[in-house]
Amino acid sequence: MTATASSAAQVRVRATAEERRAAFVGLILIGLAAFVFWAFGLNVNGDLEATFRLALPTDRYTDIDWVVNTRTLAFVVAGIVGFLGGMQLRRSNVKRTNVMLAVGLVFFALAFLAWAAAGKSFSLVGMLRSTVILSVPVTLGALTGLMCERVAIINIGIEGQLLASAFAATVLGSAFGLWAGVFGAVVVGALLGAFLAWLTIRFRIDQIIAGVVINIFALGLTSFLATRVLAQAQDLNAAPQFASIRIPILADIPLLGPIFFNHNFFIYATFLLVVILHVGFFYTRWGLRSRSVGEHPRAADTVGINVFRTRYRNVILGGLIAGFGGAFLSLTQVSRFEENMTAGVGFIGLAAMIFGRWMPFGALAAGLVFGFARALQQKLGILATPIPSEFLLMTPYLVTLIVVAGLAGRAIPPAADGQPYTKE
Amino acid sequence: MTETVDSPPSAPEETPPKSWQPGWLVRATGVGASLGKTLLMPALALLAALIFGAFIIALTDLDALALLDDEPLGALRQMAEGVSVAYKALFVGAFGSIYGLSETLFAATPLILAGVAVALGFRAGMFNIGANGQMLIGGMAAMWVGLHVTLPSVLHIPLALVAAVLGGAAWAGIAGLLKARTGAHEVITTIMLNFIAFFLVEFLLRIPVFQEPGRNNPVSEKLPPSAQFPEIFGSDYRVTIGLLIAIAAVVFVNWLLFRSSLGFEFRAVGFNPDASRYAGMNVVWLYLGVMSISGGLAGVAGANQVMGLPPYQATPVFAGTIGFDAIALALLGRSHPVGVLWAGLLLGALKAGGRAMQAAAQIPLDLVVVMQALIIVFIAAPELVRVIFRVKPMEKEPTRLTRGWGG
Repeated sequence: MTATASSAAQVRVRATAEERRAAFVGLILIGLAAFVFWAFGLNVNGDLEATFRLALPTDRYTDIDWVVNTRTLAFVVAGIVGFLGGMQLRRSNVKRTNVMLAVGLVFFALAFLAWAAAGKSFSLVGMLRSTVILSVPVTLGALTGLMCERVAIINIGIEGQLLASAFAATVLGSAFGLWAGVFGAVVVGALLGAFLAWLTIRFRIDQIIAGVVINIFALGLTSFLATRVLAQAQDLNAAPQFASIRIPILADIPLLGPIFFNHNFFIYATFLLVVILHVGFFYTRWGLRSRSVGEHPRAADTVGINVFRTRYRNVILGGLIAGFGGAFLSLTQVSRFEENMTAGVGFIGLAAMIFGRWMPFGALAAGLVFGFARALQQKLGILATPIPSEFLLMTPYLVTLIVVAGLAGRAIPPAADGQPYTKE
Repeated sequence: MTETVDSPPSAPEETPPKSWQPGWLVRATGVGASLGKTLLMPALALLAALIFGAFIIALTDLDALALLDDEPLGALRQMAEGVSVAYKALFVGAFGSIYGLSETLFAATPLILAGVAVALGFRAGMFNIGANGQMLIGGMAAMWVGLHVTLPSVLHIPLALVAAVLGGAAWAGIAGLLKARTGAHEVITTIMLNFIAFFLVEFLLRIPVFQEPGRNNPVSEKLPPSAQFPEIFGSDYRVTIGLLIAIAAVVFVNWLLFRSSLGFEFRAVGFNPDASRYAGMNVVWLYLGVMSISGGLAGVAGANQVMGLPPYQATPVFAGTIGFDAIALALLGRSHPVGVLWAGLLLGALKAGGRAMQAAAQIPLDLVVVMQALIIVFIAAPELVRVIFRVKPMEKEPTRLTRGWGG
């Protein structure tokens, strides 16, 4: 871009910014520790115990509960988190900032749960299982965004792709069965992907406007059809549900079994897809070509890669993934289509893509973080905490906001992201 | 960065020297092209959207579809009849009577306010999709002043409006600040702030400060008459002074953008942030500034939704889809305040007509949302309209806002 001298100066400036962030995270951790000490420790009746259930009633081993004194746990957690914060502050530990933050937040969540479940019993395994399930649409959304942005097409329309394909899955699933629903959803997702690619590549529409159009179009059309058609034809709005597939032996492992190995096929497929995309992007010719189109399309063009075709292909493949996510929403979680049932999950997926630094495994990890936030919100609702339910419902969106605001550090997108390409 | 030069939404253009142009119109709209050319694209976009809408209505007519096998001609006739009944209701509802026209103006009022908010952001290269959230927060701020301050109407309404501006500006300011400080893209932050605002308002409407006594659902108390917008044309028509406020907002934004130095800086940042930074402008604070003013305008739109129509109460959905309609509006109006005014009247007509269509022909109002999506496509991709209608090529480049995630 510019001369080397100025880029060297830039590197130095960035390093100090990283150091500032490391120290800032240290302060946050110390603040959290103080809060835990006061709110979950001193402020709580010292005799109360929280019971964490670590097995579901249907598991092979069911008598594994973890009973802990809330106040003791809070003091221990405050000590650990405070220690991490102190380390972070003293050494301005740049490299391990995110690890420290993650560990600190996990301990904080534990103390928080112990406080919320004080004197009651709380199914920790149930919450972690929900985390995995609820992470799936976010991860799939993030993978869609990743497919597109690795070839420099920004896809804001994931939300609309999910919504439209969820609608297709409901209608076709109700009419012709489960797999027809999946097929229809994937086709609709791919069609919208093709539409996005067509608008942005052929007509060079601004990519963000094109994505917003897809969102508005999908929301308007599905709401219209839900009111005008589904309201009359109720039998088209009762899709069957995918059943869980219990993996032998693995599902019997205490704690891990119910969390990871007793799910419907979408969840296994998502994990598999993450691996496939990782290998595909970083160990195959297709991946190298895709990435080169996203980083430097002119150079890619010069060596004979068809930039436009690569972009079309990846955006359509991304649409397939989004369609799969839409099928998951309406064929496993709820059987009825409801207006705007995606409720922002596509945008959260986009944030997860950024949080995961445009990497498939990063997308999965970020998806799990958002899944955790949503699972926490659902399960806390059952525990009847003094926190108003509206604030719990806000949590996933708040987490997204904080994440894109860069608490996780500045991530670097593909170099040509968002720029249209013109052949010379 | 040499291979792709981004041009901003409707950058200040050179006027073609020889073509006929009414000077005042060019000055007023800043479009710089001849009248026919200016109106051609929106007209064709609307036409294409109406045609597409007709197909959707026809293809979702279940009774006619059931008939298709036995009596194909009859089915087609029934479909055509359904479309004509619906569109007749649409046009009569929007333009067919004095009441219809007043409903158009009524529907246009919040659209114009939110539309100029989004258009202002576009001019500075900020894509504010968060008008809905800003409307909610601004509307609740106005609600608070309306319920808890006792003043005569002459002071009460302005004070509530000031609160709405501050509320909306603060809410949008969060997104502006995040963009300025951390580079977080405003599209994601404003969407998230929409959801957060929604739940926040739902919470607020359940606490005694706002909730109507004796209610279980989130509904606010009714505003006292001193905080209700008076109607302009008598109590038979729903047009209130909100319309005058919307026109004032158009005039204000027009002045801000084209007559003030701050507006010049906004446009410069939208045109080329790097050059603006090089020229010594504080780009970071300009983002914050434009976002706050945009949010303030959206806040007034929110105030209009609680103070400007019966039952003068707030529910969590009082902003409706206006924040998203505003995007279509800003693009249709070429991000120009005066253009937004006309576009607001047009979409207002679509909405008022859409309500009539819903009542007369049971066509869900969501059809208007679909039409808006299509209008955006056609406006943003003039070439597409060219291909469909085979009109002469125009020199207009597609609108471009994207600058990646880096800010």
